[in-house]
Amino acid sequence: MTLNRRDFLKVSGAGVAITLTGCSSQPSSGKSASMAKPHVVVVGAGFGGATCAKYIRQWGPNVDVTLIEPNDKFVSCPLSNWVLAGMKNLDFITHGYDNLPKHGIKMVKDYVTGIDVEKRVVTTKGGAKISYDRLVLAPGVEILADSVKGFKEAEAAGKVVHAWKAGPQTALLRKQLEAMPDGGTFVMSVPTAPYRCPPGPYERACLVASYFKQAKPKSKIILLDGNPDVASKPALFKGAWSELYAGMIDYRPNNAPFAVDGNTMTVSTEFDQVKGDVLNVVPKQRAGEVCDLAGARNDSNKAWCTVNLATFESTTAPNVHILGDSVLSNLPKSGHMATNHAKVCAAAIVELLAGRQPDPMPVVANTCYSAVSDSTAGYVANVFRFEAGKGYVTQPGGGATPKGDELNFTYAESWAQNIWADMLS
Amino acid sequence: MYNKKTTLALAGFVGLALSGIAGAADMHTQVIAATCMSCHGPGGNSVGAAPGIAGISQDRFVKAMQGYKSGSRPGTVMLKLAAGYTDAEIEAMGAYFATLK
Repeated sequence: MTLNRRDFLKVSGAGVAITLTGCSSQPSSGKSASMAKPHVVVVGAGFGGATCAKYIRQWGPNVDVTLIEPNDKFVSCPLSNWVLAGMKNLDFITHGYDNLPKHGIKMVKDYVTGIDVEKRVVTTKGGAKISYDRLVLAPGVEILADSVKGFKEAEAAGKVVHAWKAGPQTALLRKQLEAMPDGGTFVMSVPTAPYRCPPGPYERACLVASYFKQAKPKSKIILLDGNPDVASKPALFKGAWSELYAGMIDYRPNNAPFAVDGNTMTVSTEFDQVKGDVLNVVPKQRAGEVCDLAGARNDSNKAWCTVNLATFESTTAPNVHILGDSVLSNLPKSGHMATNHAKVCAAAIVELLAGRQPDPMPVVANTCYSAVSDSTAGYVANVFRFEAGKGYVTQPGGGATPKGDELNFTYAESWAQNIWADMLS
Repeated sequence: MYNKKTTLALAGFVGLALSGIAGAADMHTQVIAATCMSCHGPGGNSVGAAPGIAGISQDRFVKAMQGYKSGSRPGTVMLKLAAGYTDAEIEAMGAYFATLK
């Protein structure tokens, strides 16, 4: 496979130059590209990566796309809180990649271990060397386990998980919650922003409370928040806590944990030492490791990636585009947003490879539902318009619902089904 | 499946280009329309409770969006989103969705 790919890319590399110099007045088509196909490598098949791969093939049928992903299946973080609460099972949020090859996407199951930005070559753990014309990195976040003392050990022992990447940890936390006695205490921590999915921790508190209310009503939740206040949809969540779960949720802002002990089941913050029967510590995060391989984790803390937000191309690594949670911007770190990054980026890549100018003023939208019980949900929705020198400017009319309802719960599930289909079907 | 759709879409954009929307605007419309598909399904064909919007007439699309924009039409999330788009973008998206099957 590697040799074929290399040989093919030698031809392809020569062809790109022809495309760029000779086709500027000619629309791209599959036919003209039979000898000269540009190649895009996408790393990570989550919301951002899978969507980007699919839309590049849709908008640029002459572009070859390789999608590198180590996991067999996609497990959705959105709706994983529903699984924790027993409202859905893990199968519901787990989806295969079987349909992506039908769009002409070449799937490679592997880890990326090296990126040569100058030579434009990606190296994988399996030993493949894959050349690219443009590279897209969509790894999601890296969880900084070391930022909370004792977390790594407690996590390795299976005692304390973050469950901030859906999958085995989601299943384990669900088991822990099911095994907890009535009258027990669930302690959850929220990292200081920015982190993946701003409303996620508060939705989790609501849905675990919803489960407790039905299955073990004497139980309590202590929410240790590193932020000064509820970081997203505060009216929706605080309203639910007081109306639906009065007396169940003890919310403690400005209270980030610095240590956890899985043996004594204690979380330590600057102000508190909190014991719990089930502990769910969500450490701080930064851009996925693979971004560092391209030298693209380049903000002042070396944590997130700065990009040209009209094309999502890294400001330091040429021909490398970054999508989703890894990007530093004013846009929320949501799966929905990642798919929007992906579409803007896919369009920009197709235009750039064809020698055309990408849209200088792309428009994206965020629609983010949060369930507050097993039958009600609210949302926040905004449109953002890119303006040179300003970044994405929030457009008028957007905002959040103050209260959850049943219709939006139905739409929340519909959103998940449609966005999963849009990226994977 | 997508080849057919892409062909239809391109036909739509040639029309738009002739009517005065230049180069990047074609892709601009495709991208905005694609962002609708996160909730309304791939190609505008919903697989959930949200309504599909593939193949609806431009007139119906524009009336609905303008109704959400002004607040005269009842709705949920669209009441927060519609005002974010210009009238020209709404017209162009309507023309595009009318071409989808």
